[in-house]
Amino acid sequence: MPDATLVIRGGTVIGPERSARLDVAVRDGAVVGLAEAIDPPRGAAVLDATGCLVGPGLVDLHAHLRQPGREEAETIETGARAAALGGYTAIVAMPNTEPAIDSAGVAGEVLALGAGCTAEVAVAGAITVGRAGTALAPLGELAALGVTLFTDDGAGVQDGALMRRALDYAKGLGVTLAQHCEDACLAAGGAMHEGSWSSRLGIPGTPAAAEEAMVARDITLARLTGAPVHFLHLSTAGSVELVRRAKAEGLAVTAEAAPHHMLLTHAAVAGYDPVFRVNPPLRTDEDVAAVVAGLCDGTIDAVATDHAPHAPESKEVPFDQAPPGMLGLQTALPIAWEVLSPHLAPERVFALMSAQPAAIARLTATDPRVGGHSAQGGPVELGAVANLCVFDPAATTVVDPMQLASRSRNTPYAGRTLAGAVRHTVLRGEPVVIDAVAQR
Amino acid sequence: MSGSRHLLSVSDLGTDGIAEVLRVAEAFAEVERRSVPKVPTLRGKVVATLFFEESTRTRLSFETAAKRLSADVLSLAVATSSVKKGESLRDTVETVEAMGIDAVIIRHSSAGAPHLVARWVERAHVVNAGDGWHEHPTQALLDCFTVRQVLAERKGVAPDELGIGCFEGLRVLIVGDVRHSRVARSEVLAYTALGAHVTLAAPGSLLPPSLEGWPVEVATDLDAALGDADVVSLLRLQAERGSGSFVPTLREYTARWGLTARRAARLGEDAIVTHPGPMVRGVEIASDVADLPRTVVTQQVANGVAVRMAILFLLLGGELPGTAEVPAVA
Amino acid sequence: MAERERSHTRPLGGVFVAHSQVLTATDVQRALTRMSHEVVERNGGADDVVLVGLQTGGVPLAMKMAETLRQIDGTQRLDVGSLDVAFYRDDIGLRPVLPEAVTDIPVDLAGRVVVLVDDVLFTGRTIRAALNALNDFGRARAVQLAVMVDRGHRELPIRPDYVGKNLPTRREEMVDVGEDGVWIGTLEDK
Repeated sequence: MPDATLVIRGGTVIGPERSARLDVAVRDGAVVGLAEAIDPPRGAAVLDATGCLVGPGLVDLHAHLRQPGREEAETIETGARAAALGGYTAIVAMPNTEPAIDSAGVAGEVLALGAGCTAEVAVAGAITVGRAGTALAPLGELAALGVTLFTDDGAGVQDGALMRRALDYAKGLGVTLAQHCEDACLAAGGAMHEGSWSSRLGIPGTPAAAEEAMVARDITLARLTGAPVHFLHLSTAGSVELVRRAKAEGLAVTAEAAPHHMLLTHAAVAGYDPVFRVNPPLRTDEDVAAVVAGLCDGTIDAVATDHAPHAPESKEVPFDQAPPGMLGLQTALPIAWEVLSPHLAPERVFALMSAQPAAIARLTATDPRVGGHSAQGGPVELGAVANLCVFDPAATTVVDPMQLASRSRNTPYAGRTLAGAVRHTVLRGEPVVIDAVAQR
Repeated sequence: MSGSRHLLSVSDLGTDGIAEVLRVAEAFAEVERRSVPKVPTLRGKVVATLFFEESTRTRLSFETAAKRLSADVLSLAVATSSVKKGESLRDTVETVEAMGIDAVIIRHSSAGAPHLVARWVERAHVVNAGDGWHEHPTQALLDCFTVRQVLAERKGVAPDELGIGCFEGLRVLIVGDVRHSRVARSEVLAYTALGAHVTLAAPGSLLPPSLEGWPVEVATDLDAALGDADVVSLLRLQAERGSGSFVPTLREYTARWGLTARRAARLGEDAIVTHPGPMVRGVEIASDVADLPRTVVTQQVANGVAVRMAILFLLLGGELPGTAEVPAVA
Repeated sequence: MAERERSHTRPLGGVFVAHSQVLTATDVQRALTRMSHEVVERNGGADDVVLVGLQTGGVPLAMKMAETLRQIDGTQRLDVGSLDVAFYRDDIGLRPVLPEAVTDIPVDLAGRVVVLVDDVLFTGRTIRAALNALNDFGRARAVQLAVMVDRGHRELPIRPDYVGKNLPTRREEMVDVGEDGVWIGTLEDK
C-alpha cells in the first residue's frame, strides 16, 4: 500500500457478519487496503488499534444540538465534537430548536453550520409548523434539501387526523416520519415514570400508557396509510411488544431506544437529582429488560442517544421544574457495549449503532450534492468511505462531567466507570479523534 | 449518637429516632407550660424559614419554636423576596448560607426541593416543612405526639411512661386525598415505624398510582373501616392542587368519604380524630364532628411547637437521632 | 449513677468499669443524714426549703434527703422537684446533650430556699446551667448546693454548701454514685 496516507494497525475490523484481525489503509477519504499486516509508507499517519474493534463510524438518529436558540446549552460544533469523541461520524439534529427546523431557511442554516464539523450533521425536520401540532410543515421543501426524517420530537403529534394526513402526504417524498410517542393528556404534569417510586417520592408521574397509547395509534396509522413510521426512544415493555407485533404483521415500522433506557431505572430518581429527569422517563426493571430484549431480537432497530444538553443552571432547580433530558453522545457506545455485548456479537452491536440507524435516516449512500453527506453505516470494505470508529472494549474511563466536550454537564453517569472507550474516530479519512482526544 | 444532619423525611429518623423526638418533645412541652416558656438553648443560633409556598400556620409554629429556644429567626416569604425577581433557589440558598444561617426550614411546592437545598448547603441543617406531595415530617411527628398524649391522659400516666409501646397494633385509618398529601406519606412512615397498622381509605382516583412497598391496607368501604379505627387521620381535599377534578363533585365526595355526623357515630368510643388543618368544614369533616372532644386539632397545633422545638434542638444541638449507626451506650 | 455522664459522653459511649468502692451504702445514708442536719441548721428549719434534684443522678438523692428532712424536722410539707438542665447547657453543639427526663418544679420558687441536689460535682457546668434554669421558675431567696461527691476539677467559680465526700480524682476517671455506694472507675470502650 505505498500510497496510503493513514494506516490503522492492530485492530479487529468489524464486518456485517463476521470480523477479522486486519490493518486498514486509507487514502483520499476511502479505504484502500485491508490486510493482516500493512506497512505504513513513509509519511503516513499511523493509529494504533491493538486490542481494538475497528467498526463503521456510528450514526445517531437523535441528537439535540440546541442551535439555533439555546447556544448556552450546546452548539452544532460542540455537539459534533462530543459525537466524534463518542465514535459517531454522523448525527441527526432534532428540529426542536428556537426557531424550530420547520422551514428550508432554518434547515439550511443548520446544515451550513454542520458542514466542516467533526461529525456529519444531518437534519430532521418538524412535521408541523413550529412543532405546534396544528398545521403541516413544508415537508417537500425540506425534503428537497435532503431532509429524510421528520418529527415534532419533544412532543408527539397529538391530533391523529393531522398525523394521518402527514403520513399520506409524505408518501411520495422518500422520507420517514418519526414519532415521539406521548399522549399529552395522559402524561399531563408528569415528571417521572408513574409507579412505585413516583408514588413514594410524591413526584407527579407519567404512566407507561401515555407512550403506549400513541405507539398503538401510530401503528394503526401505519397500517392505514402504508407509510413508514419510526418510533423514537421506546421506553416501555408495552411499546416494545406493540412494535414487535407490528413488525410481525409486516408493517413498515422501525424503532430506536436510548442507552439510558437500556440501563437506568426510575429508582435513580430517589435522590431527586434533576439530572435523572428525562422524557420518556426512566422506567422499571421490567421495562429496561424489555428494551434490551427488543434490541436483541430485532424489534428495536437502533440505539439512539437522545442527547439532550441543558445548561447547568437549568438543571439546578427542583426535579419537577427541570427540563427533561440527559447527555448521551460521549457515553453511548460504552453503555451499549456494557448492556448488549453479553447478549449480542460485536457485529450486531455495531449494526444497531451504525448500519441500521444509517438506513433509517437514509444516509447509507453518498449524497452527490455539494456539501452532501458521505456514505454512512459501513461496511468497512475496500473502496468504502473511511468513516470509522475504533473502540477499545478493554479500556475503562470514569465519567467526569467537566471533561465532556458538550457545553452542558447533565450526564447521568457522572463518576461511573464505563466499560470500553472510543479510541479513534475517522471521518472521511481524517482522524478527528486520536487516543480519545478531539483533533479540532 | 450519629444520625442525619437534616430532617428531610420521616425515614431519616427510624423507629428509635422517632421515639427520641417524642421523648425530647415531651421535655419541651413542659417548657411550654411554664410561665416563661423560653429556654436559652439555641442562643446565638440563626434559624431561617424559607417558605416558597405560603403557610402561615406551619411557619408560625416553626418560628415560635425557634424563638422559644432563643434562636434568632429570619423569615423569607417568597412574595417579598428576590425569588420572585428570578433569583434561583440555588442563589437564594447561597445567600442564606453566606449569612451564617444554622438551620433552614423550607417549604416548597416541588417534591424534593429540600433535598436539593440539603445538597447545596455546607453547614446549615435543613428541615423539610412540606415539599410538594412528598412529605411533611414534623406534621406526622406531632400527630404521633398528640395521639400518645391523648392515650396517656386517658390512662392517667405521663406520656413518657407509655414510650412507643402504645402505638403497637394501633389501628390508624387515613382518609381522603392520599394521592396529593405529603402529610399522608409522612404519617404512613411514622405510624408504621412505631408499629401501628395503617389503612388508607380514599376513592381510587385519590390514591397514589402505586402502593408497592407501602406497608398499608386499603379500605374501599369507609363505613366498615371506621368502626375498627383507633385513630382517624382526615386529610384535606386539596382543591388548590386540582384535587377537585379527581372527584365528580364535593357533594359526592362528602357523601362517600367525608366524616359526616352520621358516619362519626360509627366510630368507637375511644377513637381519636386528627386533621393537619386547615379543616374544610362541610367537606372532609362535618362541623359538629370537628367540635367533638375526640377531634384533637387544637392539641395538634399546640403540640406542633414542642415537636418542632425538639427537632431544632436535636439538629442544632448535635445530630438527629437516626437510623445511621448508633454507637452502643451501656 | 454515672448514667448521665455516660450519656453526655456520647458519641464516645463506653461502659463504666469500677476500680474501687469509696463509700458503702451505709456511708451514703450517713452522709445524707449529716447533710440534712446541716440544711436544717443553716436555714433554721426546713419550712422554706425546696429540694431540687438534678436529672438524673440527683433526683433519687433529693428524694432520700427529703425523707430524712421530714423525719428530722417533723414537717410533712417539704417540696421536692426535679430539674433537667440540658436546655441550659453552654456546650450545645459541641456534644449531644439530651434531656433525660421532664423537668418538674411543683411550686413557685419566689422567696424560697432552693437546695440543688446532685450526685457528683465536677466542672461546675451542670450547676451553672441549673442556676440559669432556676431563674425561669421564680426568684428564689437563696440557692444552695448539696452533692454526694465533690471530685474537684472545677472550671467555674462554684462551690458546694453540703458535701457527702470530697474525693480527689484524675480527670479521666469517673465517679458512679448509687444508693448502694460510691465507686471510682473509668469509662472503657465497649
